[in-house]
Amino acid sequence: MLEIKNLHASINGKEILKGLNLSVQPGEIHAIMGPNGSGKSTLSSVITGNPAFEVTQGSIIFEGKDLQEMAPEERANEGIFLSFQYPVEIPGVSMVNFMRTAINEQRKYRELPPISATDFLRIMREKKALVEMDNKLTNRSVNEGFSGGEKKRNEIFQMAMLEPKLAILDETDSGLDIDALRIVANGVNKLKSPENATIVITHYQRLLEYIIPDYVHVLYDGKIVKSGGKDLAMELEARGYDWIKQEVAV
Amino acid sequence: MEKQYIDLYKAHHSLIKQHAARVMNESRDASFALFEKMGFPTTKLENYKYTDLKEMLSLDYGLNVRRLDFPVDPYQAFKCDVPGIQSYLYFVVNDAFYPEYNEQNDDLPKEVVICSLKEAAEKHPDLVAKYYGRLSTQKQDGLVAFNGAFAQDGFFMYVPKNVQLDRPVQLVNIMRADVDFMANAHNLIILEEGAKAQLLVCDHTVDDVRFVSNRVTEVFVAENATYEHYKLENTHIKTTNLSTLLIEQQASSNVLGNVITLHNGLTRNSIEIALNGENCETELCGMVIADKKQQVDNFTSVLHNMPNCHSNELFKYVLDDVSKGAFTGRLYVAKDAQKTRAYQTNRNILLNRTAKMRTKPQLEIYADDVKCSHGATIGQLDEQAMFYMRTRGIPYEEARLLLMFAFTADVIDNIRIPALADRIKMLVEKRLRGELSKCEGCTICQ
Repeated sequence: MLEIKNLHASINGKEILKGLNLSVQPGEIHAIMGPNGSGKSTLSSVITGNPAFEVTQGSIIFEGKDLQEMAPEERANEGIFLSFQYPVEIPGVSMVNFMRTAINEQRKYRELPPISATDFLRIMREKKALVEMDNKLTNRSVNEGFSGGEKKRNEIFQMAMLEPKLAILDETDSGLDIDALRIVANGVNKLKSPENATIVITHYQRLLEYIIPDYVHVLYDGKIVKSGGKDLAMELEARGYDWIKQEVAV
Repeated sequence: MEKQYIDLYKAHHSLIKQHAARVMNESRDASFALFEKMGFPTTKLENYKYTDLKEMLSLDYGLNVRRLDFPVDPYQAFKCDVPGIQSYLYFVVNDAFYPEYNEQNDDLPKEVVICSLKEAAEKHPDLVAKYYGRLSTQKQDGLVAFNGAFAQDGFFMYVPKNVQLDRPVQLVNIMRADVDFMANAHNLIILEEGAKAQLLVCDHTVDDVRFVSNRVTEVFVAENATYEHYKLENTHIKTTNLSTLLIEQQASSNVLGNVITLHNGLTRNSIEIALNGENCETELCGMVIADKKQQVDNFTSVLHNMPNCHSNELFKYVLDDVSKGAFTGRLYVAKDAQKTRAYQTNRNILLNRTAKMRTKPQLEIYADDVKCSHGATIGQLDEQAMFYMRTRGIPYEEARLLLMFAFTADVIDNIRIPALADRIKMLVEKRLRGELSKCEGCTICQ
């Protein structure tokens, strides 16, 4: 599904990713862990096409298509979704209008007619229930005045609406209390299917107690330096990252 | 530049007076003397430093001092931008009130007077004499003085005590001529105690010539009266639109001004609202969408002369290409105007590096127990928000449009006529999509 080979990427001339390789198949959950500044968020930005980052080398292929040729909106409409670490507030753009525009753009991309008002409302209602999201929130502007937890829930709500093939959850656990974490993780798990894949980017092992990964990768200094099963996450939790750094240094 | 007009006045002042309302002639010579002294405003004046009128005002324009009829049927010439708002509808062609009967206006309450200023001065001389020029002759301003010297007629509206209009009044100003042309008009609007009226002024141009429109509007809002003034400008690129709006509020009155420029050439809106009674409510807002070489200068003053009033000002600009915007927000709080609450915001988006915005909050506060704030920003569309929307599959152009539209939303929220708000939303969206780079039904702007 996703094949990343020898990926180098930089921002403002500073190289952050230094030859990253990653392969994700349908149905899999990959966790990417690593200390601060190792390049985790850069990876999600580069996959989704953030124009602030420049890919200097390597390739990102999604379902046989070269992502670097595509604008962020095309990648999204191909089925890639990013749950932001810091969701952006957009004053004046209502959640309903935003979501309807996004859904209809996706349908246009797939050569489908615009969604009917009744279908749209029904789907909104279903997906809101999935993340236990308050009606009040969908009547407001996108993320405006949302608490940290509400913003993260809103990300998963949008993910549920758009039904991506590949979802990237960037530090979705940061700033969540234990109840919100359970709701968010529950939402992600319910959306899981053999056809879609998830990349969970996280600093801590906490979220991985709820979303069980098939693979765990350690990102350090712009490369994946260690990969393993879910036990690796436990080991990182117990021992921290220093031993990895030492292993790499040797 | 001024000389041709000074000569014209000296040679033809009796002709000008002959074709004007008598009440307007009483202050005419004094206005002329003031204009002769001041001339047209230049950028050397603090109040005009952002907008240079010289280039446009130095051209030759025809004036219709004999007030010959212009052959025009406004119902034909004008395609309404805001159909379906159910208004009482009136036209002014250049400076002349269009007299033809319109059944749409049959329901206008009998006590209300809407007509040309000239007719009002004949039929209600005391009423007009009581108000005419009370605000405008106090102004030390070259454009207002020029208007006082040359304006011969205008629009008149009188809403007597406790009469509340159920529908908005729509005044459509149409500029129409076969040669480069200048019109001066003086409008007078009077609301007595407890009256209520909404006025929507639409500015239009129909011929492919250069126009200068210099209008002065005086509005008197008595105690407990409510007045809403909407101005929607959709003129062509060869228009110089000079407008002075002077509003006086008495105690516990409520005024909303909303000035929207969708398309224009060079526009200068001077708006002054004097709060001369306690417990006034004032909301003044505006929006500018400009591209190409358009220029818009909103020069606003809110004068808190009495205590316990509340004013709120909000102006937003979206500028593209080599357009230029200017905003001045003068907020004056007199020494005894305690417990004033006055807020001002001006936010601007420049869509490229060549558009220019000048903004100047100007607070003069002489009272010591007040709440006042001001804020002005000039920026670009939020890149992070753009990226966020694009990751949801919304294409670049659409995301940009949504952000621009959202940016102007709070000005539209300040329109209290729902049908007008809906219509303006649509016009703004079309304008932002580039479908309204000229006015609807017009072929003049390229």
